Amino acid sequence: MTEALQPAEVAQVAETVTWAVGEEIPLEIVGAATKRGLGRPLLGAHGGAQGTGGNRIIGHTLDLSRLSGISLYEPEELVLTAGAGTPLAEIEAAVAAEGQQLAFEPMHMARLYGNDGGTLGGAVACNLAGPRRIKAGAARDHVLGIKGVSGRGEAFKSGGRVVKNVTGYDLSKLMTGSYGTLAALTEITIKVLPAPEKTRTILVLGLDDEAAQRAMTTALNSSHEVSGAAHLPAAVAAQSAVGYVSGAGGAVTALRVEGFGPSVAARTEALRELLGSLGALEELHSANSAVFWQEVRDVAPFQAGDLPLWRISATPNNGAAVVRDVADAQSGTAFYDWGGGLIWYRLDGPVDDRLADDCGATVVRQALERHGGGHATLVRAADEVRARVEVFQPQADGLAALTARVKDSFDPRRILNPGRMYRGV
Amino acid sequence: MKMPDPDQAVLARRAEIIVAMRTIVPDQSVISEERELAVYESDGLTAYHQLPMIVVLPETTAQVSQVLAYCQRNNVKIVPRGAGTSLSGGALPLADGITLGLGKFNRVLEIDYDNRCARVQTGVTNLAISQAVEGDGFYYAPDPSSQIACTIGGNVAENSGGVHCLKYGLTTNNILGLEMVLPDGEIIRLGGKHMDSEGYDLLGLMTGSEGLLGIITEVTVRILPKPTSARALMIGFETSEAGGQCVANIIGAGIIPGGMEMMDGPAVEAAEAFVQVGYPLDVGSLLLVELDGPPAEVDYLIERVRSIADELGAVSIRVSQSEEEREQFWAGRKAAFPAIGRLTPDYYCMDGTIPRHRLPEVLSRVAEMSKKYDLDVANVFHAGDGNLHPLIMYDSNNPGELERAEDFGSDILRLCVEVGGVLTGEHGVGVEKRDLMGVMFSEIDLNQQQRVKCAFDPQQLLNPGKVFPTLHRCAELGRVHIHRGKTRFPDLPRF
Repeated sequence: MTEALQPAEVAQVAETVTWAVGEEIPLEIVGAATKRGLGRPLLGAHGGAQGTGGNRIIGHTLDLSRLSGISLYEPEELVLTAGAGTPLAEIEAAVAAEGQQLAFEPMHMARLYGNDGGTLGGAVACNLAGPRRIKAGAARDHVLGIKGVSGRGEAFKSGGRVVKNVTGYDLSKLMTGSYGTLAALTEITIKVLPAPEKTRTILVLGLDDEAAQRAMTTALNSSHEVSGAAHLPAAVAAQSAVGYVSGAGGAVTALRVEGFGPSVAARTEALRELLGSLGALEELHSANSAVFWQEVRDVAPFQAGDLPLWRISATPNNGAAVVRDVADAQSGTAFYDWGGGLIWYRLDGPVDDRLADDCGATVVRQALERHGGGHATLVRAADEVRARVEVFQPQADGLAALTARVKDSFDPRRILNPGRMYRGV
Repeated sequence: MKMPDPDQAVLARRAEIIVAMRTIVPDQSVISEERELAVYESDGLTAYHQLPMIVVLPETTAQVSQVLAYCQRNNVKIVPRGAGTSLSGGALPLADGITLGLGKFNRVLEIDYDNRCARVQTGVTNLAISQAVEGDGFYYAPDPSSQIACTIGGNVAENSGGVHCLKYGLTTNNILGLEMVLPDGEIIRLGGKHMDSEGYDLLGLMTGSEGLLGIITEVTVRILPKPTSARALMIGFETSEAGGQCVANIIGAGIIPGGMEMMDGPAVEAAEAFVQVGYPLDVGSLLLVELDGPPAEVDYLIERVRSIADELGAVSIRVSQSEEEREQFWAGRKAAFPAIGRLTPDYYCMDGTIPRHRLPEVLSRVAEMSKKYDLDVANVFHAGDGNLHPLIMYDSNNPGELERAEDFGSDILRLCVEVGGVLTGEHGVGVEKRDLMGVMFSEIDLNQQQRVKCAFDPQQLLNPGKVFPTLHRCAELGRVHIHRGKTRFPDLPRF
């Protein structure tokens, strides 16, 4: 039977993986185990349908939650080191106490799966980011160094604790977004940044998707350093906990400016002037802004229920066009972040019989292809569906082969989260 | 510097290889005359030189693919080269290798303002990207000091920085996509105009891989709207400790300046003697702090930085009152290297990064080393991010002095690692720091990096002799030692 192994130190992680390699027993890697619904299902570990989808049966779960705690935090050096199993909330609280933040604004993705919480290792393994992605980058842009145990059972490190570092390959980036398929991360060093003194959000009311797309592009192309650009169609806006948004009675396009007081005031004014002709304007101050952008970050409008949900990374200015094409073939509800570059698309009601086989994958990916490319991930669907449908964007043959060779270079026996991203990888 | 032994079998087939290359690229794009090869014998690290076997100058991705496929079939090594400005010997040729010059890939293919990106060929210079978009109020943020000459492909290979990277990031934070060719000739596209490439972050891996994993032929870069204004402060302190503390207090106050540079006394004196921009000569350290953004922000932050500096007892503070004056402040810093060059026949530029608060200790130990090696040193420092450039002055005509300078440099880099920093912040490992990699990495760390190399380049034909102190065969690295039944089930708490 599967067991959850909980090493408390790096040597024990290495020992566990070495044992698993020897016995050829695949391991499921978890931090807080809040995002098991993301990615292709690993079978056998938690009661999933066994043997379907070509994934190997997981022998045991390697639970890294005991590798927890902040070992170094130097606010003036903008650097923090913590065990991979450290709760994200603990890190966010520690940096907030010093007036700092994780600028990549990691989404609390667990909330899509009826859970809460999550670890630093999980955020890095999934390369999470929030609305500030457009200005500050994703987790991958903030990871300075990692320590981990490869699928050979060897403890290794990459990077360091300084921002400027080109010593050797940047394996820290390679680990980020690899969903635990290359190494079990044990320790992570990240860059932290000052939190803004003040936040303002300008709301443009009543725009249709195309007009909203133009408004977001106009704002992002200005020099006003917009750090959030989202569009919520009427039905989505109506669900917000922020009265100015839910009470707007229609669609809401939101643009965020952050920074020092005088700067925020000047940029807010300039943006109002730039966008004033497009529709009625409203403004959120710091507290309402925080609530609103957290809703956008955590996909609050789509948290409830278990309808299939797509996360689509598109050429930003083509966001509305992609949604229009998808909606023509498959009814659903969408909203936009990253100035159109990130689309959350929920399939509504029963999936049409015609599309049931792939949960809309073909429709979504063809729409992307027609509008400049990108990638689409089926972030929520039943295990049985995710075992059958390509959860992550399928890769061209050459890239797929290279991906498999990179996997082999860390995990030749395919012990770590095998098949979580791609079949056989 | 020991490079891999030349493969005599390949050298013996030189004429045949030249003929083969001329079936792929036009005759004049294959350089084989010694006189012309000499142009390529070294890069920005002029202490090392080596004539390449031949130079090939392809101009299409298809040609690159054919050249690489031929080389893989025939076991011929390849050294990629952009503008040859590497300061770590990344483009140092091999006697039995083809230097693949990518200068003909010099076109800006597409500027897409609505998606804030530009698609350019690998040989386009860093500055040319900003120039192509500046009329429309945009720019490309990373600005290495060689930006007039260095190519975007080289920037990706080295993950280049520049004075603005504290606020705007390095190359790796400013690119969206790549087209590259693997050693077997396979053409791969990574990313695009969207954010976050799908699958493994191979874009991040390629950035800073020093030409060892693939040949980059096209890059999609992020372009940014230009800030509406910028002003700079020039602040003098009696000591470098006070200057370092000022940097810490600025960041502690939540301010991330567009640029923050520090020079020590010798560097200030050399720069002032060279360009006469009005630097104070009686200081132990000089700090340049640039704030950019809307005028309301810049004016506000200038005052905050000024009061932070005042509190620390700055001996002089000047704030730029015009664009001309701001540029003047920077002129001295930008001329620091050539300014040192006027004082000494040769200088050797180091590139370690340290945790910022260790600066006073590092500078005093560097000063001790300077006495020990009897060589002068001046220090230029990207103060915001801890990237230190000690410039060691020497005369290569004096027997033994180059070796002494190199030993001095190695000691500085060891010190950087000892205090928690790294061997190279932005210049790359190349051949220069190759043999110091063991100071920072264990054999396991280095073997894992080489296994990644093997995933891309199993015959190890791309830029061998760079980055890794010891080359292992891929087959040897790939072996897994299985101990079935020999390792006991880990004795761990389980639930």
